[in-house]
Amino acid sequence: MENPNAVVSPDERPQEKVKPLNHVIIRFVGDSGDGMQLTGTQFSDTSALLGNDVSTFPNYPAEIRAPQGSVYGVSGFQVHIGQTEIHTPGDEVDVLVAMNPAALKTNLSSVSKGKTLIIDTDAFVKKNLAKAGYTSNPLEDDSLESYRVIAAPITQLTKESILDLGLDNKSMNRSKNMFALGMVYWMFSRPMEHTLNFLKKKFAKKPLIVEANTRVIKAGYNYAETLELLPNAFTVLPAKMEPGTYRIIMGNTATAWGFLAAMNNSGRELFLGSYPITPASDILHELSKHTHMGIKVFQAEDEIAGISSAIGASFAGDLAITTTSGPGLALKTEAAGLAVMTELPIVIVNVQRGGPSTGLPTKTEQSDLLQALYGRNGDSPLVVLAASTPSNTFNFAYMASKIALEHMTPVILLTDGYLANGSEPWKIPDISKLPAIDPHFAKLHDKNWEPYKRDKETLAREWAIPGMKGLEHRIGGLEKQDVTGNVSYDPQNHELMTRLRREKVERVADIIPPLTVDGAQEGDLLVVGWGGTYGSLFSSVKYLHETGYSIGLAHFNYINPMPKNTAEVFGKFKKIIVAELNTGQFHLVLQAKFPEHKFLKFNKIQGLPFTVLELTEKFKQLLTNQ
Amino acid sequence: MSENTTVYTYKDFASDQEVRWCPGCDDYVILRAVEKALPQIGKKKEDIAFISGIGCSSRFPYYVDTYGMHSIHGRAPAIASGTKLANPDLSVWVITGDGDSLAIGGNHFIHVLRRNIDLNIILFNNEIYGLTKGQFSPTTELGLKTKSSPYGNTQAPFHVGSLALGANASFFARVPGNNPKAMTEVFVEAEKHKGTSLIEVLQNCVIFNDGVFDDITDKKVRAESQVWVKHGEPMIFGAENDKGLVLKDGHIEVAKLGENGVTEADIMVHDAHKEDPVLHFMLSRLRHPMVMGVIRSVRRSTYGENFSNQVKQVQEKAKYHDVQTLLNSGDTYTISDN
Repeated sequence: MENPNAVVSPDERPQEKVKPLNHVIIRFVGDSGDGMQLTGTQFSDTSALLGNDVSTFPNYPAEIRAPQGSVYGVSGFQVHIGQTEIHTPGDEVDVLVAMNPAALKTNLSSVSKGKTLIIDTDAFVKKNLAKAGYTSNPLEDDSLESYRVIAAPITQLTKESILDLGLDNKSMNRSKNMFALGMVYWMFSRPMEHTLNFLKKKFAKKPLIVEANTRVIKAGYNYAETLELLPNAFTVLPAKMEPGTYRIIMGNTATAWGFLAAMNNSGRELFLGSYPITPASDILHELSKHTHMGIKVFQAEDEIAGISSAIGASFAGDLAITTTSGPGLALKTEAAGLAVMTELPIVIVNVQRGGPSTGLPTKTEQSDLLQALYGRNGDSPLVVLAASTPSNTFNFAYMASKIALEHMTPVILLTDGYLANGSEPWKIPDISKLPAIDPHFAKLHDKNWEPYKRDKETLAREWAIPGMKGLEHRIGGLEKQDVTGNVSYDPQNHELMTRLRREKVERVADIIPPLTVDGAQEGDLLVVGWGGTYGSLFSSVKYLHETGYSIGLAHFNYINPMPKNTAEVFGKFKKIIVAELNTGQFHLVLQAKFPEHKFLKFNKIQGLPFTVLELTEKFKQLLTNQ
Repeated sequence: MSENTTVYTYKDFASDQEVRWCPGCDDYVILRAVEKALPQIGKKKEDIAFISGIGCSSRFPYYVDTYGMHSIHGRAPAIASGTKLANPDLSVWVITGDGDSLAIGGNHFIHVLRRNIDLNIILFNNEIYGLTKGQFSPTTELGLKTKSSPYGNTQAPFHVGSLALGANASFFARVPGNNPKAMTEVFVEAEKHKGTSLIEVLQNCVIFNDGVFDDITDKKVRAESQVWVKHGEPMIFGAENDKGLVLKDGHIEVAKLGENGVTEADIMVHDAHKEDPVLHFMLSRLRHPMVMGVIRSVRRSTYGENFSNQVKQVQEKAKYHDVQTLLNSGDTYTISDN
């Protein structure tokens, strides 16, 4: 499709007018119906294709379609692109694209003075200003004086560029996000091809919509080109990344795919029993797309049936998983105990969100750690893992499956809203090269087989599944007699079995990698983190270490059991601080386990990730107050 | 379906565990009826699984020498659903009670019936909590004095048949707990049925609710108080086979053959296969006499069939069939070495 408007492609620009930047952070904000998620995704995908490292984070409201123009209906998408490695979606926004007053009002605090605001002036009418709580128009008073404001009548210009297409007003309005995207594409010297192709595919059956969006994005691009308010364009050159084939992947997709890889490599069929819950539902959606590969996806009547059906499927020999978020994990508690007692392999994914109760469904938090570790009746140990980047949820979903199947134990995999919805480039692995998964089945007709006879090394029992002749047996939630698995109320046996179940989980430490330290290997300050905070902690520690401070980062992916060298790592530093997005849950665990150390703590409970800035300030303060 | 090449007797299904129900409990009768039904269903021992919840009845799997799980309170239908979906070749039986399935497990109970997963559910209804020692249950009649209702039960009961039919059950049968022969026959019928089969057993609890069904199940009255229905046959009952059920003014009534000109031709013929559940609903609610046998047996697609048919359709159109291809599909890009 040829566009009537000629466009100067980024390659043809006079080079002296294009200023290279090391990295840039852009946030697109508007009404939840304004298409900000799509706009942000297009910008990050295009940048990834140019070879940038990228990290993204959506910030959307719990309401599906909150009233237009309201502050609680504001939806945002932040993109961080870089020429160097990027580990977080970024703290301080360089360019804020605000589609209405509410979006500006709720996001301005993340933009420092001197940074750029791109604003749709058409949305700054009395009604919208009032909804956002503005008493005067910020475009007309001097409140935005110290920002570089690019005020454009985006809605009007959008309409003008497609007036002749005969679309209704609502449809025309829907394209205005493309105008903003076009402006930002020009500003950062991005080509439009990827987005144009995307539009063609997405609206293949609606050529008029393709035409409208194509015209609008080009109109936005040309507008920026001719606008004198934009004195120069910028670019972010490709990052140095390991050669290979990449894709941009979101955490929840990577989690789902990790289980697919585990299915593939274990020879087991995959069973998912799940009940929809934010922000975990995308794992259910993703696996539902692939049932033709032998995945049994069962949307259950509730959280309890989700895990119960998984236990039933595990009993029958499947790689069985259940996915949920905090309140759902609470409901699954009793059944998780059944899996502990019956020593059946299941993986429980908890995509953590703000709690307690319904809490902050769309916001991130790390406050389910103690629930995962201890939230069951009885002495009820299970394995707990935590992924730490959107893409490594793939690896930990895989490892969780491997551990469950080989050690005959339930495993809880913790991710969080930030990892689940965040995205980054992912070098696509060759799944045949992942560690093998080898479930230990009973041998057919094995006369000596007993339901609770254990492997000497791992203490795992052997798996006998219905259909295996001669191995018919009964298991259940009542205490089991050692070896035979018969019901037993014997006091000595109960103590023995309780200790065996704990020891079995502890022996998983034999196969997990040692704890590694980023930055200084010994010295003044060790920062300890776990799970989804890795990007911010790493960025902060790396910066301080490079600046000359004696600081290291020990980030945990294996929470129970912990790596065997944990005590050794702790012993190498003068001070240890545990940073986490809760009131200090991991801190509590570590203080109890390693009483010989005094652990400091740094906590944030705002439903938001750590900023690198706040971490750096805190660590610096500890490093200078010796 | 695997053909049964081994000939079993009921003894082959007795496990080595000592049965620990109270002496005189109907549970012994149900256990024996199941042991006698299993050799008739054409399944190998290793292809059968019994899954129970919590309660007196739920000890059942320990006593049957097949695969089995004694799970947690109320969850057996959900666990059994997972087992059946994981391995559709299995014959999966759920053992539950009125507290287990209708109180704590009520949600799973209605949803398994709605989905029509191919399971057999035996519901031991004794209208009382036995294992926790005598509290009223969701099927206890109003007014009954129990441990937790010393002045009489003030909660109106569920009616098992109504609840099940309301949840779109495709198979519902009822049997008295003191008739092992009839029970065995119904269990075999239930296994043959494709979809969820629910069998309500009126099970007498000798300790906490003794005699609650005596007006129906006592040998002295049962000929007059039970109507055994069979698909395609007129609903005639009575010690002299002299009574039958007729539909009059929108109600089911008892008519005496030979009185007021009533002949066999006036007696309703049981149609268990009728999709419309209205008559099954009415039949299931009769109290005196009470209808026994297979009240409803309707073929409708099971969840397993719906799911696997859909998978087949998707398979034909799918662009990829293995995990690695999926990982490499769509928007990928290459970073070269420079």
